[in-house]
Amino acid sequence: MFKVLERKELAPTEYEILVEAPRIAKKAQPGQFVILRIDEQGERIPLTVVDTDKEAGWVRLIFQVIGKSTAQLATVMAGEALMDIVGPLGKATDIENYGTVLLVGGGVGIAALFPIVKGLKEAGNHVITILGAKNKDLLILQEECAKYSDELILMTDDGSVGQKGLVTQAMEDVFKREEISMAWAIGPSIMMKFCTITAQKYDVSIYVSLNPIMIDGTGMCGGCRVTVADSIKFACVDGPEFLGEEVDWDEFVNRMQQYRPEELTANERYEKQVSSNG
Amino acid sequence: MAKRSYTKTPMREQSPEIRNQNFDEVALGYSLEEGQLEASRCLQCKNAPCITNCPVMIDIPGFIKAIEEGDMPLAYEILSRYTNLPAICGRVCPQEKQCEMVCRLGRSKKFEPVAIGKLERLVADWALEQPIDYKEVTGDKGRVAVIGSGPSGLTAAGDLVKLGYDVTVYEALHAPGGVLTYGIPEFRLPKRIVKKEIDRIVAQGVKIETNVVVGKTITMDEIITDFDACYLSVGAGAPRFQGIKGTSLNGVYSSSEYLTRVNLMHGYQFPEYDTPVQKSKNVVVIGGGNVAMDAARSAKRLGADKVSIVYRRSLEELPAREEEYHHSVEEGIEYHWLSNPIEYIDDGEGRLKAVKCVQMELGEPDESGRRRPIVIPGSEFIIEADTAIEAIGQGANKVLLDTFPELALNKWGYIDADEETSATSIPGVFAGGDIVTGAATVILAMGAGKIAANEIDQYIQKTRQEQLV
Repeated sequence: MFKVLERKELAPTEYEILVEAPRIAKKAQPGQFVILRIDEQGERIPLTVVDTDKEAGWVRLIFQVIGKSTAQLATVMAGEALMDIVGPLGKATDIENYGTVLLVGGGVGIAALFPIVKGLKEAGNHVITILGAKNKDLLILQEECAKYSDELILMTDDGSVGQKGLVTQAMEDVFKREEISMAWAIGPSIMMKFCTITAQKYDVSIYVSLNPIMIDGTGMCGGCRVTVADSIKFACVDGPEFLGEEVDWDEFVNRMQQYRPEELTANERYEKQVSSNG
Repeated sequence: MAKRSYTKTPMREQSPEIRNQNFDEVALGYSLEEGQLEASRCLQCKNAPCITNCPVMIDIPGFIKAIEEGDMPLAYEILSRYTNLPAICGRVCPQEKQCEMVCRLGRSKKFEPVAIGKLERLVADWALEQPIDYKEVTGDKGRVAVIGSGPSGLTAAGDLVKLGYDVTVYEALHAPGGVLTYGIPEFRLPKRIVKKEIDRIVAQGVKIETNVVVGKTITMDEIITDFDACYLSVGAGAPRFQGIKGTSLNGVYSSSEYLTRVNLMHGYQFPEYDTPVQKSKNVVVIGGGNVAMDAARSAKRLGADKVSIVYRRSLEELPAREEEYHHSVEEGIEYHWLSNPIEYIDDGEGRLKAVKCVQMELGEPDESGRRRPIVIPGSEFIIEADTAIEAIGQGANKVLLDTFPELALNKWGYIDADEETSATSIPGVFAGGDIVTGAATVILAMGAGKIAANEIDQYIQKTRQEQLV
């Protein structure tokens, strides 16, 4: 069992938990993820490691409520425990001094982007960060990203903070005025796809962090397979970061839909249970 | 004594039309009386060939005699000297190719061999109902790490504890057992049996730590520093895909994913359990091994109308256990012999609609001695399917190996270990089971674990003595 030390609501439907997991805290690097299971009946869900404290032995996870398991995870309070957590999984981000780097995060993807922002800054890069969300409330980790960014640009759909518009517009502005050595984009798949198209327009290589359906997360099943540069890769062991221009986006987006009906069934059943329990 | 029956004492089974709708065990086991009757068929050979053809060399006539005399504690004690997982072996070993193949009774024309596997199961199941009276002891002869809790790792760990070592098993998944837990389905090997058998090994003092991915959660350097020796038994769990057109369509699975969802994650109990597994109408399984049988029979139990197996050779070459093949036919699984898929066809919305196959004929034997299948030109045919499951074998998982480049591998990417001694290129690091041989059987993996335990014991004792000198 793995104890939840702290739990905080960051935004409507977005939560942060610190989970006691000393071994993972000791080893996790930016770009890696964990898989957790809430209880005996639970499914295994992947979440990016946002931050760690090696001495205190915890890992920080941020998630958005999008279905049954995340809804249930949101009810796990400080002092309670998760059944399983395993990691760190996946390849770490290639952190080095590239020069000037551009990082783009969207929605809850900002959580996955933050450790990379921090890592790249600490490696001596000039860091330009663009964060986007629907509105002000959903724009998480602003202060922390600001701390490790030389420049921080905020974008919201409704203009409630920063500029009104999409992250790709902000990217265009940056590309027009700066020489970017390397870029990253993490967020909804459609956002990452369009960030890739934008970066390609300016001949800049861009890494994306893919979040396909996973089960074991250790290369054992191929559920998370993606086509990258025309060959089959397993996101859990070969990724989750890949070069955006090499990803078959249509296939990736299609595979994400695989269990939509079952996901709805599980969610409806859970909501019924919760409401009948008062 | 009554006249020996020509045939094996039959084991009660769930009837095919009922069992293909549930995940309960198919074979129901012998009663003590049935077991005694079957045991009385054994000739009690001197130099019994069944012993030498068992990879862990169980004293088969010995435990069978104990059954015949109704002495179950003795029968179990004899089994335990040789195997740590008798309830599992009794169920899933291909006895027809091992102990039972050379049974002297079965060698005479009129008689079927003694049902050794079913008798082993009877004793083991009896033992699992008895209270555990072991005292957990931590041995002081040295510390050994076992990486992977499949049949090979569990066997090595169980034997090492008996030899007086302090043993820790590291497992990447949330539950121990390896293929016994995620691969072989409930209807062939109930998970409560696996759990009980593992609990007995733990009761003897083996420590099992789940959720530890060696190479990631802890490194091989740490293992080598902290332990006197280690045994790598991580299996061959990485699925292979044929890589034909349409492999990434929704509805196309590796058998590993399909079976992991069903078995480890209890997908068949969705939404009671959270992990879904696709509800299919028409399922095509590709391959002819036990894994293909398991996937096909699982799909049928999940409610598919039609399940067919596409195999590129003929029944004669089928690598699956005979018993499982017969069970599958009884349960309504259909076969396309001498067939191979060449494309998965899209329904226009990214879902599988059909599998395009070609017909094959058998040519000259290849290196494995089996006749090589050759495509018949112009023989394409279509099987309608919303689910396709590839069960064409697994390879070495690279997660540990990639982080441990010092370890020598063979040309197939498996660990280069001496089959006699399990020793690898690195002193103190031993390896066995599927990660050395490629995907094989549970009992061969157990045999490898047994050898490794003895070799590790000798290695540690020798190193200790050298240090004293």
